Amino acid sequence: MRFLFKIDYEDDIKLFPHSGYIVSYGILLALLLIAPHLLSSYLMSQLVFVCIYAIVGVALLILTGFTGQASLGHAAFLAIGAYTAAYLQTYNVPFPIYFLVAGALTGLIGAMVGFPALRLTGIYLVIATISFALIVEEILARWESVTHGNEGMRVKTLSLLGVAVPRDSPTFYYLCLAVLVLTIVGTLNLLRSPTGRAFVAIRDSETAARSMGVNVALYKVKSFAISAAITGFAGVLFAHKLSFISPEMFTLQLSIEFIIVILIGGTFSLHGAVLGAIFIVMIDPFLTYLKDDLPGIIAGIAATFGAGPHIAANIQSKVAAFASLNGLKGAIYGIIIVLFVLFEPLGLYGRWLKIKLFFQLFPLYKRATFKRQKIYVKSERNR
Amino acid sequence: MLDFVQQLVSGVALGCVYGLIALGFVLVYKATEVVNFAQGDLMMLGGFFAFTFIGMMGLNYWIGFAGAVVAMALFGMLAERVVVRPILGYPQFSIIMATIGLGYFLRSIAGMIWGTDDLKIETPFSQGVLRMGSLVLAYDKLSVIAATMILCTLLYLFFNKTTLGTAMRASSENMLAAYYMGIPVKRVVSIVWAISAAVATCAGVLLAPITFIHSNVGLVLGLKAFPAAVLGGFGSIPGAVVGGVLIGVIESMAGFYLPEGWKDVAPYVVLLAVLLLKPEGLFGLHVRKKV
Repeated sequence: MRFLFKIDYEDDIKLFPHSGYIVSYGILLALLLIAPHLLSSYLMSQLVFVCIYAIVGVALLILTGFTGQASLGHAAFLAIGAYTAAYLQTYNVPFPIYFLVAGALTGLIGAMVGFPALRLTGIYLVIATISFALIVEEILARWESVTHGNEGMRVKTLSLLGVAVPRDSPTFYYLCLAVLVLTIVGTLNLLRSPTGRAFVAIRDSETAARSMGVNVALYKVKSFAISAAITGFAGVLFAHKLSFISPEMFTLQLSIEFIIVILIGGTFSLHGAVLGAIFIVMIDPFLTYLKDDLPGIIAGIAATFGAGPHIAANIQSKVAAFASLNGLKGAIYGIIIVLFVLFEPLGLYGRWLKIKLFFQLFPLYKRATFKRQKIYVKSERNR
Repeated sequence: MLDFVQQLVSGVALGCVYGLIALGFVLVYKATEVVNFAQGDLMMLGGFFAFTFIGMMGLNYWIGFAGAVVAMALFGMLAERVVVRPILGYPQFSIIMATIGLGYFLRSIAGMIWGTDDLKIETPFSQGVLRMGSLVLAYDKLSVIAATMILCTLLYLFFNKTTLGTAMRASSENMLAAYYMGIPVKRVVSIVWAISAAVATCAGVLLAPITFIHSNVGLVLGLKAFPAAVLGGFGSIPGAVVGGVLIGVIESMAGFYLPEGWKDVAPYVVLLAVLLLKPEGLFGLHVRKKV
């Protein structure tokens, strides 16, 4: 086991506590940079979605994971970013400008949502953000002079400094990756600054934070604004990737997907956003793969256990019929959410930490290290 | 004027359905401080159960209704045992996510079993209208209003007058203290889920003649029931019904008098306004913040 000696505060807030971090993240970055030469175009496309979902995941982590303000309305922020980009594009505004404007506008709207949210906690905040998202969805469908209503808007190919960047080119992937890396580094910096410390203090106890001199209202609004702005940036990339946007893409379903990203990844670390994004984006191709290949595999297993060819074929057709049932995906989604909440509340990154600690402490690891405490006494109503 | 009354009555009927779903939210919230995001989906499932008993097995309406209520009460207990009990005592966010997951699961399973078509249940109320002068009121809407009033009164009395109701309120205030006072908290929570699933089934069956039963009906109506519960003050039984009726009337009026598009948004605009101006709702308790 490695022991880090910290002799002043600067040591404590280093981005890379020791050389192992630089090596492992360097290798990861190198792999991501050569990915376009290794992966098929379909997987590259999925990787771009991973980047976009991870950016939103980071944004949501700032708000939900670190400031403790749950939001089920982030699809609306994504929509505002996407529509701002699509609208400004019709006036031939260059990419860097509408990218920034989309972020700024979304951030502004985020702050406007943050102000009323100051008085709300817990369940009320969740309901308020759902309402906000539903209202935005309706506005997008009705404000036809700007958003073209339910017909949707076509998004032109991105052009960066006069060079066209098609949505499935490696350059577009590098752009998304760059935005993701900048977002993560920026967020890490934010979280080790006084602002980030204030966020965490508000999450842990609002009353305690206030008594320590944290301006709770100001920092909550800041958290909403920053989170919304980052989601707005992701929205621009999302619009370009899809090349067509319409209101029914930004439903409550999408907001729930974003929450699932951080829930599955882990809500206490930025790693969670990336891991969760990989999980949620890759589950689709994985289920398709299962649907195509699983019946054959199961029939093969049955055959090796002595089932005759007729029975094996019968099993294969039964499993295939089950796998192609409509709505199986939703059921699997539901089961995954429930299983994660029940058995892996710290998410994928929490699981990784547990495995790491198991080997570091072997054979002294004990499960209770990660046990959460149940609180039966404190009623959220009286808080 | 006649239009106004007609809109008012259909708004009240719709609002009663919202109120019934909101009642389910409130019951679970009152007893366990958990918000059940799958409440609408329990209603949907109850409707499908009733359809199976009445439409497919050909049972009498009332027997089928009772059978669906009992089946759903058992299902509510099962859902509580499997999904909610292991995470009681954890932050609310976990429980919200777990019930959202449960809702996803129920919607897909219902879609797989009963298909994606709109289903209809034949009820004794689906034919016939009550004429009062030139005012025409459909029996199915009146039945919803009457049933809501009865259920609301019964539940209000149950919570405020019976020992079990008092035990439920106590375990909501402080689970640990309730346990020390000899209240079997686990069983209380289980019963609350059974009751709320039964109430949801009543909503689903009464709703069947008005909007048809399909696998997404729970999501759509469940989202409308949130404004109802908040408006009434999350945690007040009469409040849920009053809030539901207000939301129903507002929606119905907005659909009639305001330009297209307002109908779907109006409940949420009202909800945000209530949250801003009076977050504890119309009937909610104002509780001071304690350190």
